[in-house]
Amino acid sequence: MNRNPLWKNATVIIALVLGLLYTLPNLFGEVPAVQISSVKATVKLDLPLQSRIEEALAAAAVKPTGLFFEPNSIRVRLADTDTQLKAKDVIERALNPDPADASYSVALNLLSASPDWLTSLGAKPMYLGLDLRGGVHFLLEVDMKGALTKRLDSTSADLRTLLRDKNIRHGGIVREGNLLSLRFPDADTRDKARLVLTDNQPDLDLVERQDAGDFRLVATLKPTAQQRIQEFALKQNMTTLHNRINELGVAEPVIQQQGADRIVVQLPGVQDTAKAKDILGRTATLEVRLVDDEASANPSIMEQAERGQPPAGTDYYVERGGRGLLVKKQVVLTGERLTDAQAGFDSQTQEPAVHLSLDSAGARIFRDVTRDNVNKRMAILLIEKGKGEVVTAPVIRSEIGGGRVQISGRMTTTEANDVALLLRAGSLAAPMDIIEERTIGPSLGADNIAKGIDSTLWGFAAIAVFMIAYYLLFGVVSIIALTANLLFLVALLSLLQATLTLPGIAAVALTLGMAIDANVLINERIREELRNGVTPQAAITAGYERAWGTILDANITTMIAGVALLIFGSGPVRGFAVVLCLGILTSIFSAVVVSRAGINLIYGHQRKLDAISIGQIWKPDV
Amino acid sequence: MEFFRIKKDIPFMRHALVFNIISLTTFVLAVFFLATKGLHLSIEFTGGTVMEAGYSQTADLDKIRKQLETDGFTDTQVINFGSSRDVLIRVPIKSGMEGESSRISEKVGASLQAAGGDPQIKRVEFVGPQVGKELAEDGALALLLVIIGIVAYLAFRFEWRFAISAIIANLHDIVIILGFFAFFQWEFSLPVLAAVLAVLGYSVNESVVVFDRVRETFRKQRGMTTPEIIDHAITSTISRTIITHGSTQMMVVSMLIFGGPALYYFAVALTIGILFGIYSSVLVASPLLMWMGVSREHFVKPKKEKAEGVTEDGACV
Repeated sequence: MNRNPLWKNATVIIALVLGLLYTLPNLFGEVPAVQISSVKATVKLDLPLQSRIEEALAAAAVKPTGLFFEPNSIRVRLADTDTQLKAKDVIERALNPDPADASYSVALNLLSASPDWLTSLGAKPMYLGLDLRGGVHFLLEVDMKGALTKRLDSTSADLRTLLRDKNIRHGGIVREGNLLSLRFPDADTRDKARLVLTDNQPDLDLVERQDAGDFRLVATLKPTAQQRIQEFALKQNMTTLHNRINELGVAEPVIQQQGADRIVVQLPGVQDTAKAKDILGRTATLEVRLVDDEASANPSIMEQAERGQPPAGTDYYVERGGRGLLVKKQVVLTGERLTDAQAGFDSQTQEPAVHLSLDSAGARIFRDVTRDNVNKRMAILLIEKGKGEVVTAPVIRSEIGGGRVQISGRMTTTEANDVALLLRAGSLAAPMDIIEERTIGPSLGADNIAKGIDSTLWGFAAIAVFMIAYYLLFGVVSIIALTANLLFLVALLSLLQATLTLPGIAAVALTLGMAIDANVLINERIREELRNGVTPQAAITAGYERAWGTILDANITTMIAGVALLIFGSGPVRGFAVVLCLGILTSIFSAVVVSRAGINLIYGHQRKLDAISIGQIWKPDV
Repeated sequence: MEFFRIKKDIPFMRHALVFNIISLTTFVLAVFFLATKGLHLSIEFTGGTVMEAGYSQTADLDKIRKQLETDGFTDTQVINFGSSRDVLIRVPIKSGMEGESSRISEKVGASLQAAGGDPQIKRVEFVGPQVGKELAEDGALALLLVIIGIVAYLAFRFEWRFAISAIIANLHDIVIILGFFAFFQWEFSLPVLAAVLAVLGYSVNESVVVFDRVRETFRKQRGMTTPEIIDHAITSTISRTIITHGSTQMMVVSMLIFGGPALYYFAVALTIGILFGIYSSVLVASPLLMWMGVSREHFVKPKKEKAEGVTEDGACV
């Protein structure tokens, strides 16, 4: 009567085999590796590159234990960390002869040591969270207001060009907070302008305003446009972060959107947080603006400007040399038009310089502006965190075409490199702030793993000893089921590549501690049935069947808590919740189905069963 | 082996009043400590910076404190963490420093270096004020969701009286855990919150097991009064209750011993939760059930006795 149908036994066996298969990679551990990836869109990884790496390693007498070519990276597996460091240096030197202009990122990484046939089945070790492997986690918040103001600033420049092209006279375009205010001499011009603007600027909502002979149009961004700009700003910032992180050389960075305006950046293995923060947190954008030469030459105006009252339409900046400068608010060009920036030297003066390349639109604007303003000065500003710095303010000698611009002016080589890196990595569409940071050293990570595993194993051992002593053979089966539970849980976590954190390991321990509940319920129920004088075979059946409803109810309540944590939890707590929920699922299966299969295997075929090994059955009446 | 050799049902319900008074006293005490002392919230909720530094020799805390003070960090907390060679530094968020707050860790790192002893920075955690507030709100929402979910599920599976008494009993556990954390001023962090919610789900299990028995006994036994039925249900499940909780507790003790400082308060919260969980599900939930007047009629519908999944009003899907 206690025999499983074939399909049920087959399910259990298949589940166990799969569980074992996907748990296996975790047992092999990881070996040091060097990962090479391209940091430039134009540079592709190819087979000649692979042979170049092989040759370089052979020349330096470094023997890799494996070389893996993947679409986006080449990984070199090495025997130990010493050779790993050596190999990194060798490859770095071979691939990036000029460190200032690196085409490849060469990063230290870890590779699974599991055999290839396992990897080809998609069996990977669990994905460890930063608190276990060490590294940095940042949560960045994008300043959406900043993105909108920036957009309005560039729109105002577009409007000026547009109105000039259409020969519409206007009395000035100013941004006032979230709106642009356009002044016109009379109502006719305003109407004309309105028509032109509606045709050419579909993103703007226009309202007419008139007070005392002052004809104005007030333009605001439409809500849909605002949303689009914000989405774009977030995407643009993520791309920029990607580029910047590539320059840092991190093996497996995670850059993800979180919510509407946040970005999570995780850099496993990175220890130098100061540098990482510097590169990530810098919101440098480049702006090219014209210098108001007349006002700058007027000492009384300059004195006022120094006290914080620059003339309308200009900003006061201090040049690197320490001289004050009035720069027009109107932006000629922004960093968005920039395609490349390289550090180098001025061909005539041999001063360190940064060479910029502009895209075609940028090149055209630059040519027009330089042609119209010969013998005037233009300022190239680096805007960081809302504060501008004049990198240089050269006099325009002649029209500059072709989109190739050189910035030089009292820079050191390192400064030139930094500026180039910042500009090359792309400008951010909106400023960002770090609102959360977590750094975990690699030794602490390894320590956390050891502690988590220790507590799980010792707890497991204690439970096993007790269960076997108390329930004898049924205890053994319960512990086998619990082992299967652990196997399934680890296999599922590996298969789903869910992030395992320290609270996650705690959840593994806790689920195991709670999962035994189901087996205790079953075993107690069987004992109770036996106490009531039921035959052993019937007691087994009744025990499993009666306990089932209770097990389900009890697990669902814990599941509710797990799901709530999954919805509202973040970071490490989410890791806890994932394991808790998965653990409940695996524990129901293993406690009920696997243990039943075990018991049926042992007792199911015995026709005449007089006693079962479930410990002492004490009867009050005897 | 058989630990529990109980000849007759233990008359738990005869002493129900005593248990309820004990519960009420601990509950009131817990609320009192929560109100007067408050929880010592970790920086995850308040915002701020935490750094952990390891030294090769015993760290000189006074020297570190002095150095931090001279560097302008006035309300920092410098304590040992795990061992005398590990130091934990907490820096709260100061108003007026919002823009700079993400740079604090670097400045503190510099101060530590200046204080000497060659510290290794093992861990840095910085949480901005806006994130902390959200985490606190999310925690409260998670708790609310768990409560609603459990009440709804129990009301659907059993009876609303069961749901209410189970949730009251288990919230009483939660308040007591929080009371402990307030009284001893243990740090209440995100993992502790997770532990508290897990305990809530876990100890409701206990009530579920007892209630399951109550329902079953109501259906089977005709001649028994409600208190007798509850006594019988508790007595027949008590051995399972103790063994299960004992097993889970073994795991938690193992975490307390081997888990290190990172898991310490998590395990402490679980321990209190498990111990009070046994007590409250058996000795708080059941008397409540009795006071609320649960009776046979709530379970036994003569005509539909055997139909599973039939709700109170006889609706069936």
